[in-house]
Amino acid sequence: MKIRSLYLLSLVAIVLLVLSACGQAATPQVVEKVVTKEVEKVVTKEVEKVVTKEVEKVVTKEVEKIVEVTPEPSAEEVTYDRAETLYTSGKQWGPPTSWNPIQPWAYATGTLGLCYETLFLYDPLTNEYIPWLAESGEWVSDTEYELKVRQGVNWTDGEPLTAADVVFTFELGKLESVYYHSLWNWLESAEQVDDYTVKFTFSEPLYQEWGNLLYSLAIVPKHLWEGRSEEEIASGDNLPPLGTGAYMYETHSEDRMVWVKNENWWAKEQLGLDVAPKRIVDIVNPSNNVALGLILQANLDLSNNFLPGIATLVKGGYGISTWYPEPPYMLSGNTAFLFMNTTKKPMDDPAFRKAMAYAIDVDQIVNVVYGNIVKASDPTGLLPVWSQYVDQDVVDELGFSYDPDMARQILADAGYKDTDGDGFVEAPDGSKIELKVIVPFGWTDWMESIRVVASSAQAVGINLEPDFPDFGGYSDQLYGGTFDMAINNFGSNMSNTPWTFYDWLFRNPITEQMNNGNFGRYDNQEVFDLVVQLDKTPIEDVEGMKAVMSDIQRIQLTDMPAIPLWYNGAWAQWNSTYWTNWPSAEEGAPKYLPITWNGYWNMTGLLMLTELQPASSQ
Amino acid sequence: MKNYLGKKLLIYLLTFFLAVTIDWLIPRFMPGNPVQTMLARAALRPEASEMLYSYYIKAFGLDLPLWQQYLNFWNALFHGDLGISVYLFPEPVLNIILRAVPYDIFLLLPAIILSWIAGNNFGAFAARKSWLDNTILPVGYILTATPYMWLGILLAWVFGIVMDIFPIAGAYSFALRPHLSWAFIKDLLWHWFLPFASLFIVMFGGWAIGMRNMIIYELEADYSRYLESLGAPRKLIRKYAFRNAMLPQITGLALQLGVIVAGALATEIVFSYPGIGYLILQAVQNQDYFLIQGCFLFIIIGVLLSNFAIDIVYVLVDPRTRLGMTGEAS
Repeated sequence: MKIRSLYLLSLVAIVLLVLSACGQAATPQVVEKVVTKEVEKVVTKEVEKVVTKEVEKVVTKEVEKIVEVTPEPSAEEVTYDRAETLYTSGKQWGPPTSWNPIQPWAYATGTLGLCYETLFLYDPLTNEYIPWLAESGEWVSDTEYELKVRQGVNWTDGEPLTAADVVFTFELGKLESVYYHSLWNWLESAEQVDDYTVKFTFSEPLYQEWGNLLYSLAIVPKHLWEGRSEEEIASGDNLPPLGTGAYMYETHSEDRMVWVKNENWWAKEQLGLDVAPKRIVDIVNPSNNVALGLILQANLDLSNNFLPGIATLVKGGYGISTWYPEPPYMLSGNTAFLFMNTTKKPMDDPAFRKAMAYAIDVDQIVNVVYGNIVKASDPTGLLPVWSQYVDQDVVDELGFSYDPDMARQILADAGYKDTDGDGFVEAPDGSKIELKVIVPFGWTDWMESIRVVASSAQAVGINLEPDFPDFGGYSDQLYGGTFDMAINNFGSNMSNTPWTFYDWLFRNPITEQMNNGNFGRYDNQEVFDLVVQLDKTPIEDVEGMKAVMSDIQRIQLTDMPAIPLWYNGAWAQWNSTYWTNWPSAEEGAPKYLPITWNGYWNMTGLLMLTELQPASSQ
Repeated sequence: MKNYLGKKLLIYLLTFFLAVTIDWLIPRFMPGNPVQTMLARAALRPEASEMLYSYYIKAFGLDLPLWQQYLNFWNALFHGDLGISVYLFPEPVLNIILRAVPYDIFLLLPAIILSWIAGNNFGAFAARKSWLDNTILPVGYILTATPYMWLGILLAWVFGIVMDIFPIAGAYSFALRPHLSWAFIKDLLWHWFLPFASLFIVMFGGWAIGMRNMIIYELEADYSRYLESLGAPRKLIRKYAFRNAMLPQITGLALQLGVIVAGALATEIVFSYPGIGYLILQAVQNQDYFLIQGCFLFIIIGVLLSNFAIDIVYVLVDPRTRLGMTGEAS
């Protein structure tokens, strides 16, 4: 009797849950008259905030629009046509929970780039700024920048984008909780000259940083954001997001984010560009085995995950491609450094740090740990996209390479000797050297890499052991300055200017907590001043930039505050079963970054979508 | 009866208070800092990062002295406010849990109950026949010792990749939007089957072994022997033994049901199934104090409720408990 009722109970439970799963979602489905739904949601949001008169205006406008855009049959909406859908993965580490472009650490894949757009796009491969929401921009004097906003761009609710939106976006930064708040330390004012012109006046123009903001700041609609409280702006999820971009929010769930094409995108008419996929479904990062399975079965088109062993699949004819068909397969995305704590002995000794640089067998990390999908770093640590800034004379004179004998020699010259015969050197003052190098537990590639670092160091007589605290322990040690040596790459990402890289590497002033770079607490005012000087160099003045950077490189290679080891890849692997014409190094292929991470859509990732072609059309 | 329940209730309340306190305390003793971890993911410019750090430390109330944070926590808890997740900023913790847990219930409830029924019946059945016992015992031990993850990967590989019958990831096809139709329900069940099967098989082994051992133990007990010597039919003895052997299994079942809210971490990762298990792991790794607190709060409640349920069920199914209570009262 009892057993039977239990059977019944579990059966009932299943049925109820299935129904409730459908039920929850059934509500949006009913409303699902394509664009109508978007608009209705926005309007109801308005009702809560804005004066009724305005709402009426908005409503009537929208109704007109709906008539124009005849909704497609809703049956198509619940099942996505494979041939029209692009499946991506790589950015999203948890369920999407934010669509607020003011939260760059939290927003869902594509919030900036697909939905909200920037004034310019930046192409790191050609070092070009592509006018986007801005038609043009120029320095009219040393401290004044005039920006022409593109005409004929509409928000997806039909309102036009104007200079007022741009001014509003920059002025949001006056709120302390907005991440670009520090901009107002050196920007004096942002004035709307006319409907499509903005004049920025600077108290202290930081040209490099400004160039960075121009392509990384998402312009938000004033008419929808105006009434929001600071808390809502900083901590709201901004659902549904409404931008000017090529895609509109459609839906999301625990394991995916779905964008649907904006048929009225401005770039169609103005630039003759059109994005190919009707939908982009971004899948929350699955585990490696699942990601590999999905991409092999062509259920995933583009994966921006680090997938160990991907080289084998590229070579093995599984239909998977990467930027280069041979090593290093991937473009280089950022530089992994070995930071050494210069406040501790013996890392306070430049000779010891130099010896470490010569001791590490980076090729073994590249070949064995990564299977050749990364590249060894230049001694300056500058990414390949910045190679024009490397001063080769300085590198020839002061650069280092793997040379254990040289490392032993430097140690011996500086007085490091093995006095107690345990095979490891002691410091010149006779004290024992016992050091640890750390990376977070579970970051398997890094864990393997520091095993190599440690054994390299041991081979030249430095007693260095790998250690794997969890991420919290790692960051406590790294930021708090209690570590000996650690691998880190958080701030060395590709950008429009090496200034971002140096600003991170030589972060100052030295404080008790160093959360953002210069973890080794390398204290040298000369180089700090040079970094500021670089920031103040106009982006067009390449020679000026080179001169400053040459000085920085000289100091860097002489003092060796941190050792650049290898370039992490801008991981990207794709399957061409459903979409073709992927960007790659191949001749004739588009030269855009095939990356969906935050901050990469606006570095030409978006343009990749305009080049993709459905395989069925060929 | 009243006395018995009252005493139990008091103990449960005390346990709840202590468990929740520990739940609040432990994440805060972990090295690291949730806001740092959150901002580290953003690759922001250093100035921006530093400014936001101090803003969010304040916004999350982490700049207050610990005792104050602790009081605030209880205060918020009584108002039904579990806080805002740091890792999944800016989603409230309660929403996260309520969205993820249905998937766990959907996956685990049938797996636990069906494996429990099937396992117990099969275990009892196997204990009767020596040939079955000889084959089933090793198989059962292998099944119950199989890591969920390993079996999951094996199933995904065989049925997902090689035979390509079942999908290998997600709760429903990435090409579908949830709606009420047979196509969607079929898809949901299709995605559900492999994770369910991997859980069911491992759990089945455990229950079957447990039951088989209990039955044999009960059949050796004095009362069985006594019945046997009285000449009672074998079926009757079996019936009594089965009932007695059930008791520990009921406890086991209740405990399993109590931790449903914790999800099935390994299975969820192997099949990318969007339950709470993976989120708990991420919450711990990201030191998301609020999400950890929220998840464990539900687990604590689940375990306590199921224990409480056992106490009541025992009164109903085990006459000895009833006797004990009257003995106490007199």
